[in-house]
Amino acid sequence: MTSWFTDKPQDLRRFRVLTGGQAVAEALRQIDPDVFPVYPITPQTPIIEAFAQCVADGRSHARILTAESEHSAMSAAVGAALAGARAMTATASQGLAYMIEIVYLAASLRAPVVIAVGNRALSGPINIHGDHSDGMLARDSGVVQVYVTTAQEAYDWMVMGVRLAEHGEVLLPVMVGLDGFTLTHSAEPVEILADAAVQEFVGPYAYPYPLLSEVAGTYGAFAMPEHYFEIKRQQIAALERAEAVLPAITRSFAKLCGRQYAPLEGYCMEDAERAMVIMGSQRGTAQEAVDKLRERGQKVGVVTVRLFRPFPRRDLAEQLRAVQAIAVFDRASTPGSFPPLYLDTRAAVRTPRVDSVIYGLGGRDLTPDDIVAVFDRLKRPAVDADPIFYAGSDEIEQER
Amino acid sequence: MSDVGADLKRYLRSPMMPTVWCPGCGHGNIARAIATALDRLAIDLGQVVILGGIGCSGRTPFYFNTNAMHTTHGRVLAFATGLKLANPRLTLIVAMGDGDALAIGAGHFVHAARRNIDLTVILYNNSIYGMTGGQQAPTTPFSFRSTTSPFGSIEPTFDAVDLALAAGATYVARTTTFDFAEMPELISEAIRHPGFAMVEILSQCPTYFGRLNKLGDAPDMLEYERDHTVVADEEPNQAVEITRQDLVGNLPVGVFRREIRPEYVQQYAELSRGRGGNYGA
Repeated sequence: MTSWFTDKPQDLRRFRVLTGGQAVAEALRQIDPDVFPVYPITPQTPIIEAFAQCVADGRSHARILTAESEHSAMSAAVGAALAGARAMTATASQGLAYMIEIVYLAASLRAPVVIAVGNRALSGPINIHGDHSDGMLARDSGVVQVYVTTAQEAYDWMVMGVRLAEHGEVLLPVMVGLDGFTLTHSAEPVEILADAAVQEFVGPYAYPYPLLSEVAGTYGAFAMPEHYFEIKRQQIAALERAEAVLPAITRSFAKLCGRQYAPLEGYCMEDAERAMVIMGSQRGTAQEAVDKLRERGQKVGVVTVRLFRPFPRRDLAEQLRAVQAIAVFDRASTPGSFPPLYLDTRAAVRTPRVDSVIYGLGGRDLTPDDIVAVFDRLKRPAVDADPIFYAGSDEIEQER
Repeated sequence: MSDVGADLKRYLRSPMMPTVWCPGCGHGNIARAIATALDRLAIDLGQVVILGGIGCSGRTPFYFNTNAMHTTHGRVLAFATGLKLANPRLTLIVAMGDGDALAIGAGHFVHAARRNIDLTVILYNNSIYGMTGGQQAPTTPFSFRSTTSPFGSIEPTFDAVDLALAAGATYVARTTTFDFAEMPELISEAIRHPGFAMVEILSQCPTYFGRLNKLGDAPDMLEYERDHTVVADEEPNQAVEITRQDLVGNLPVGVFRREIRPEYVQQYAELSRGRGGNYGA
């Protein structure tokens, strides 16, 4: 029932069984960036290992720089991108935390670097498993953020991400987030496009103002109060434009393979009275729970957000227009306030009842039963005293 | 070697056993050497803090019945500097990997050495990023393979001893996990040394470095360490008297510097006293 499956019979020879990490590496091989500076970190490492092998085998002309840290890796990527080379990198968790200074710079210097992030919990306590706290640390950096739900989507969005990042109206980094282990290390059939098709789709790197052009330029100049604000506003406007130019990119991608993406996707939303909003790999679990409740005659649905920055607030409002109660599932916390996806959703809709659910921190499973419990909760009156429900953990706290 | 059979269990946190280290990994040998050194020095374990960064070596603090601090990748010496300044009476043993000390945290390594702050760095050097699956590190020797340099590294390596000497460390030594008896001797000497002490220990990683470079199993790798190192002059502060011929394909091991120089926390205390303060009193 997922919308991106075509009705046409699929050519199974184009499918390969790949983990999310391998799928990203395969996309990298086909995109064939000029420069790939990188530093190892779990659960991103399968990406660089697989891609390094491609480069060593002569199947990509990319120059891999095994940098001494993520901070240096991202710095090298920005330098390369501004010099006129297509630069990409990959990281996760503490690695993203360490490169964050340069992620902000990349956005403000308008360096269109595509970054694959194997989303993983931030320390501490140290933990290597999946959640979105690393991505949320980069939430306000000005980069485009996409959270995928399958290995196929990881592959597809790496390819589309290059077009989006390098679009003349955008010129911003694009972060493609795939949940650590659940996606980076789990294998599934992934349809791979022809090399030539990907090359044609992404086209040559054509940065409009490269440092190596014949016109001298300056990047990273100092901006006093009379200029800083307007430069920031240009950057904000560029990120907003990413939402506007995306449909043309997704349409042209759909022509290649039939998979038509949107910033968000509704499932059983046509007549839904209660709905949940979620991002990332748990989409499948959510849809299973919705199927279960639908069998019992309950009018429930789920909206999966793929494009998190810029936030598709109008599309989300449209999806949730007729819904009476909403639960927003965040795989990250904002201690002292409500979590990010909840706040964005709350700002987008006029629905009186919007509950916040935090789930899956540090890689904890979210089960269909957890989701059913949340939908049941939405039927009962709101509890003001306890505004955030911690799915998969509140039960444990209560037993104490 | 009289204490080879010594009961070291009281130094180890038995509920944490077995360790995360792969069979044949040299890090267990180093941990045993640290325990032996603690036993010989007879220090109050309550006054010892073992700190670790990230990677295989970073697990070290979990396994000891001392105070423990597990930090972030490369930053362990920055954490340690704060800890030592706040409580100068503590004995600090800092377990660092080659990634911690020479890649992502190289800046902290040289500055801690420059300040000559009183702590002991045990640098576990296995020439590769082991925990994440065998990627190239700045210690991966030229032409050696890793998962990110499948045709061999094209980069020169960092020499931790040269770096520590140049940065101003006052005790600098290198040994290997093959030198079973020497490891605890150097570690205890380093702990007693009043200043920044660094003992680099070449450690075998049969799982990644050994396998990718066809160096055989752990015993083969220990022999490789034996056959590719040459003992430097034992006289402290003397030029290392090894000929160029000896150095081809070989790495000098031994003690390279023992020097007493003003220590950072002491300097701080003297400044405090001079200004009427009571730091370190």
